[in-house]
Amino acid sequence: MKPFDDVVAEHGATVLRVCRAALAQADADDAWAETFVSAMRAYPSLPADANVEAWLVAIAHHKIIDTHRATRRRPVPVDVLPESGTEPGPGPGEHDALYDALKRLPDKQRHAVAYHHLGGLSHREVATVLGGTEAAARRASADGIKALRRTYQQERAHR
Amino acid sequence: MTENRPDEVLASLQADESVVIDRLRARLAADAADAGLLDVAYRTLDTPVGTLLLAATESGLVRVAYAREDHDVVLQALADRISPRVLLAPRRLDPAAYQLEEYFARARRAFDIALDLRLAAGFRRDVLTRLGEIAYGHTGSYAQVAAAAGSPRAVRAVGSACATNPLPVVVPCHRVIRSDGALGEYVGGLDAKRTLLTLEGAV
Repeated sequence: MKPFDDVVAEHGATVLRVCRAALAQADADDAWAETFVSAMRAYPSLPADANVEAWLVAIAHHKIIDTHRATRRRPVPVDVLPESGTEPGPGPGEHDALYDALKRLPDKQRHAVAYHHLGGLSHREVATVLGGTEAAARRASADGIKALRRTYQQERAHR
Repeated sequence: MTENRPDEVLASLQADESVVIDRLRARLAADAADAGLLDVAYRTLDTPVGTLLLAATESGLVRVAYAREDHDVVLQALADRISPRVLLAPRRLDPAAYQLEEYFARARRAFDIALDLRLAAGFRRDVLTRLGEIAYGHTGSYAQVAAAAGSPRAVRAVGSACATNPLPVVVPCHRVIRSDGALGEYVGGLDAKRTLLTLEGAV
């Protein structure tokens, strides 16, 4: 069995992309760290022939769902500061625009796009993580990409 | 404006990730240690005898490895023999790294850190625990160490205990030389042995 450090080195970026596609940045960082702590706990008993990437994305998916639930329960303040005031950098860059567009997709499409195109999972593996059939996962991913192409390019045209 | 296909746009996300990943890996090392999951922490240290790999369990320093031993091979062996929960986590190695830096600066003659000798067993382990009796700046012969370990005829076994010492430099097998005064063998290579003994003023 490889040292867990190699697993982090190989799949850290994929898991980060999956988390960022589904969550705000601070939440994505938390989900990334929690995913790898959970994975490290279970790692010694992982079967030798397991698909490590699919296993990690499935753990990340559970963390993302947990975060969504917690966020919905979080009280929303009445006087919200203007959003631009909370941006840490000089302004949203190209990547932020793409992530924003991703986050406006319906849950199923967003997760299918993130796990297939960012996480590198096959449609069959996406179906295992999300539930439903392989065909449904393929369709959700294709619909998501279509919608993404539309909204993302509109957004870029406005910048 | 060019028409980007979404797949190409998605691929561009990879560009700015490495900085974030480095930060998150440091955080993972801390979180895993807090959760009691960091079975083996490691880091490297640049020294006059090359880049050393330092690894520690929760019990103490468990491995010091020379570059010629191939650090990837050493990490894999640690995963196989101790636990696959291995992470780059320098903090646990801070005391060892600091004392080694002092040693190489001639500001330290003995190490005061917890050692985990689980990678050595039986007679080899007995030999390693005896090596601390050879003081800084001195040498002992393989025959003398064998006698001190209670098996005067086990000279070759002392040699193999030194050759498989999991904690070179810290457990001073470099101070064991041949009875005729020749340096003998060394896990870090003869140049490293000569460098250490010269540093200590033993040769």
